[in-house]
Amino acid sequence: MRRALWTILWRDVGLVVTRRQDVLTVVAFFVIVIMLFPLAVGPEPEILRELAPGGVWLAAVLAHLLALDRLFADDWRDGTLEQLAVTPQPLALIVLAKLAAHWVAIGLPLVLLSPVLGYTLGLHGATLGVLAASLALGTPVLVLLGATGAALTLGVRGGGALMALLILPLIVPVLILGSGAVSQAIYGGDILPYFYLLAALLALALPLAPLAISAALRIALD
Amino acid sequence: MATDRSIPWFKFLSPPAFHQLVDRLVPWLWGGAAVLAVAGLYVGFFVAPPDYQQGNSYRIMFIHVPAAWMGMLIYLLMAMYAIIHLAWRVRLADVMARSLAPTGALMTALALWTGSLWGAPTWGTYWVWDARLTSSLILLFLFLGYLALHAAASDREKGGRAASLLAIVGAVNVPIIYFSVKWWNTLHQGISVTVADAPSMAPSMFSALLLMTFAFWLYAAAVGLRRAQVEALERSGDAEWARRAILGRVTNEPGGTKTGDTMIRGRRG
Repeated sequence: MRRALWTILWRDVGLVVTRRQDVLTVVAFFVIVIMLFPLAVGPEPEILRELAPGGVWLAAVLAHLLALDRLFADDWRDGTLEQLAVTPQPLALIVLAKLAAHWVAIGLPLVLLSPVLGYTLGLHGATLGVLAASLALGTPVLVLLGATGAALTLGVRGGGALMALLILPLIVPVLILGSGAVSQAIYGGDILPYFYLLAALLALALPLAPLAISAALRIALD
Repeated sequence: MATDRSIPWFKFLSPPAFHQLVDRLVPWLWGGAAVLAVAGLYVGFFVAPPDYQQGNSYRIMFIHVPAAWMGMLIYLLMAMYAIIHLAWRVRLADVMARSLAPTGALMTALALWTGSLWGAPTWGTYWVWDARLTSSLILLFLFLGYLALHAAASDREKGGRAASLLAIVGAVNVPIIYFSVKWWNTLHQGISVTVADAPSMAPSMFSALLLMTFAFWLYAAAVGLRRAQVEALERSGDAEWARRAILGRVTNEPGGTKTGDTMIRGRRG
């Protein structure tokens, strides 16, 4: 079983490497949204610094949303998903492997880029580390919840906008805790509670979301 | 048959029996809702004393509070029907969940609307990012998402199952969202507003609130069941009982037979 999961993980990572374009588009989107931020609210460093945590986090959420419609759609269209569903391995674990690959492709670049972008918005020192750490802990939850929405809207009319309507209310806690941690770090407050709660969200979503996703995929495959 | 008898409500799972049950129940529910609403509004507007702080503006709470409660209750009920639907493949449970959702959305929207109307004289603004307001708004989006997903699928059965799954995922998330929003609000101490709880509610206020709450319950049951009845009729397509049910309804109205006839024929052809 472990071999099957590794195979899927490597396959998906390989697909990402051969189609770098997709990842680069999402990363470029992330950067552009953050670049638009000062243009929208003005270049005053004080205001920018105040809004930076929310801005970076919102951009990360939107970038994840944008990347989701490719997550299952290609495999669904060419029948791969159906093949995966009939393998003896539990679909939930296969989904987990796919999501891990997706996070490496989408979440990780955003986490690595975030200190640079945070710096341009006026964050300094340890706050940049907090920003990256909060994204590192929060983006897997975004992927897990987002994949649930992507699986539910598979093969459905008006997928993209509908997916946003389904997912965005559900990711509210992640957004609150993630940007909250960074805001707290700016003012030198205690950031640990935020990280504990983010970790709790991840601990909840990690076992539960793949079950919901596999159930949703089975509905779509029916 | 024996199992049918051991669980008496089981027979209402069959669409024709459900159809009849709804026909029998709905007039009573409507009547009860109307009587309770009139009584509740009378007590609320003429018997209950004005609040010592808010004057008469608090009286909107007789609509606002029941609506907010109903919104949350209906989401819970919807999620329970969704579980029944997915776990036991009971189609009628999906029909019920789908039929309750618009009422739930309406109640949540009503709670938001009346809440902002109450906020204008009390807080001096129609909208603040208060924890309760924000989580109610999120609840409204959960209802809308459920309805949108249900409607988007080309196959109604499939859409129903996906929507049920979404309702369950949402129900797991609702407490997390609620607490995170509450926490977010207490940490961002920009605008500090707390809903002014009346220190001791006058008994007449309380009874008006209770009457209105039951009126809302009965209204939601009446509307939900009627919607479910129509939905079940639609889904049963060309079944004999459905044809008779539609024809029966139409022939009961004077001069309506012909439209009913053409409608059935249109459906066949």
